[in-house]
Amino acid sequence: MSGMGLMWANLFRRKTRTFLTLFSLLVAFLLFVLLRAVAEPFAGGGVSVDGADRLVVTSKYSIIDLLPLSQLGEIQRVPGVEGVTHQTWFGGNYQDPANFFPKYPVEPRAYFDMYPEFAIDPAQLDAFENTRTGIVVEEGLLARFGWNIGDRIPIQGDIWSLKDGSRLWQFDLVGTYRHRDPGEAAPVALLMHYDYFDEARSFEEGAVGWYTVRVSDPEQAPAIAGAIDALFKNSPNPTKTSTEAEFARSFAAQIGDIALMATGILSAVFFTILLLTANTMSQSLRERIPELAVLKTVGFSDARTSLLVVGESVLLCLIGALLGVGLGASVLPAASVVTQQFMGPVSMSVDIFVQSVAFAVVLGLVVGALPALTAQRLRIVDALRRG
Amino acid sequence: MAIVDLSEVRKSYVKGREEVEVLTGIDLAVEEADFLALMGPSGSGKTTLLNIIGGIDSATSGSVQVSGQDLAAMSRRQLAKWRSENIGFVFQFYNLLPVLSARRNVELPLLLTKLSGKQRRSNADTALEIVGLEDRARHKPGELSGGQQQRVAIARAIVADAPILVCDEPTGDLDRDTADEILELLEILNRDHGKTIVMVTHDPKAASHARHVVHLDKGQLSTGTDEEAA
Repeated sequence: MSGMGLMWANLFRRKTRTFLTLFSLLVAFLLFVLLRAVAEPFAGGGVSVDGADRLVVTSKYSIIDLLPLSQLGEIQRVPGVEGVTHQTWFGGNYQDPANFFPKYPVEPRAYFDMYPEFAIDPAQLDAFENTRTGIVVEEGLLARFGWNIGDRIPIQGDIWSLKDGSRLWQFDLVGTYRHRDPGEAAPVALLMHYDYFDEARSFEEGAVGWYTVRVSDPEQAPAIAGAIDALFKNSPNPTKTSTEAEFARSFAAQIGDIALMATGILSAVFFTILLLTANTMSQSLRERIPELAVLKTVGFSDARTSLLVVGESVLLCLIGALLGVGLGASVLPAASVVTQQFMGPVSMSVDIFVQSVAFAVVLGLVVGALPALTAQRLRIVDALRRG
Repeated sequence: MAIVDLSEVRKSYVKGREEVEVLTGIDLAVEEADFLALMGPSGSGKTTLLNIIGGIDSATSGSVQVSGQDLAAMSRRQLAKWRSENIGFVFQFYNLLPVLSARRNVELPLLLTKLSGKQRRSNADTALEIVGLEDRARHKPGELSGGQQQRVAIARAIVADAPILVCDEPTGDLDRDTADEILELLEILNRDHGKTIVMVTHDPKAASHARHVVHLDKGQLSTGTDEEAA
């Protein structure tokens, strides 16, 4: 047996209490991993366009500012640009705001050319292209809302109204799309015909939300991005060209300061965990005051005894952290499938792992500090009497 | 040569506004390899005196020399190290760690040495063999009888080869037969292994196993006769 063996044995003296505390720590560190993974991209300085084969061109000042459709041709002419298409945020609700899913006016064929990873039946793509009120949706929406091909789908516009002043848009469901890789999920969305949208809307005709650009050589992506932005630098509509991931994050960041929100939530969670774990350690210490006295009696110094106590606390927090981090790492790929649709992929980074371990050690030290001090100051004869 | 040499040892503590004197000038010399029984009524200061000899309590005044060391001159850290090398403790209620097996309880004092894990286990097994519990090494205290637990406690006290055993009512929680077995074991350790034993007891039959008996009453010692110890 070693000092570690002694700490381990003490840790599991009351198994139920220890497992409950470990479960709390697991949940706290799972939250830590998930929230850090989500917040990390927002806290960072953005994503380099290096090596990206698709770029997104938005308004320089805000992604909610629209860009003129006339820029499409100019972007197309930038050397290295292989293809360009555009999308616009439609907003709107189907029946109830709780049924939210993104809806984009797009150029039907150009969109699916731009995203070859999405599969659509050619006949349905033709129907989409040839039906002005046609829409295609991610196939999961059919089951979600009980839709069938051929259904008329009403969407209540919240940003966009029709020329007649109404906000009730009517679309005809002509097809579905999915990801070509069965292991991957395509973004859940409704795609409508841009031409119909542009003609029918009551304002901002000829404007689009953003352009998506495919570059012929990903190595040249930074230069192409620079060239596009330079093209419009002195125009009324200057642009900012970035990666899709960065664009997705900018989009999600509209809901608020995500890094700050994550920090706030984590602070509350860890403060609670701090109290909970400190209570566990204090209870554990109180129960074995006479045992600590025995250790001192057989020759354990004050420092060594307190080290055992604080070591136990750090060990408890580390086990909980590693369980939480392990679970977090295993659920992040699944979470990434969801987040990819609106803020890009999330993943477990080395930074998050190191932060978790460091945080666990600090938590253990803080939680164990007071019990360790008590153990250090323990007078043997007084403590033995309490046995 | 006295391995325990106390001179004019006083111990007092403050209770409320009153100063209570527990030991009032104790002079005591215990020779090496002696087996001394310390008797007296409850509250006479027996355990306090034993704790002072064992270095887990300090005298208010007087000289305490044990194993050639002046305990009053030592820091808490030095005392801890000194205890690990010189004193083996046996308590009335065994004071074993319930989460550890018998072997691991015995191994505890050896964690402070530079012995390897294998050597520690081997020494612990030897100590358990001496007390006749080699077949109970993997059992936890809760799975052992009172007598067996006390044997484990004795194995823990001797595993680091401390020359002095201080025993506080080691048979106080045991039935007569088991108590006799424990006392015989202490006798063997004294006689065959040369351990110096200082044992507190209020039981004359237990004291009869000692070579010498001293009585403590109201903080003062009176020496017993050899006949008392016989």
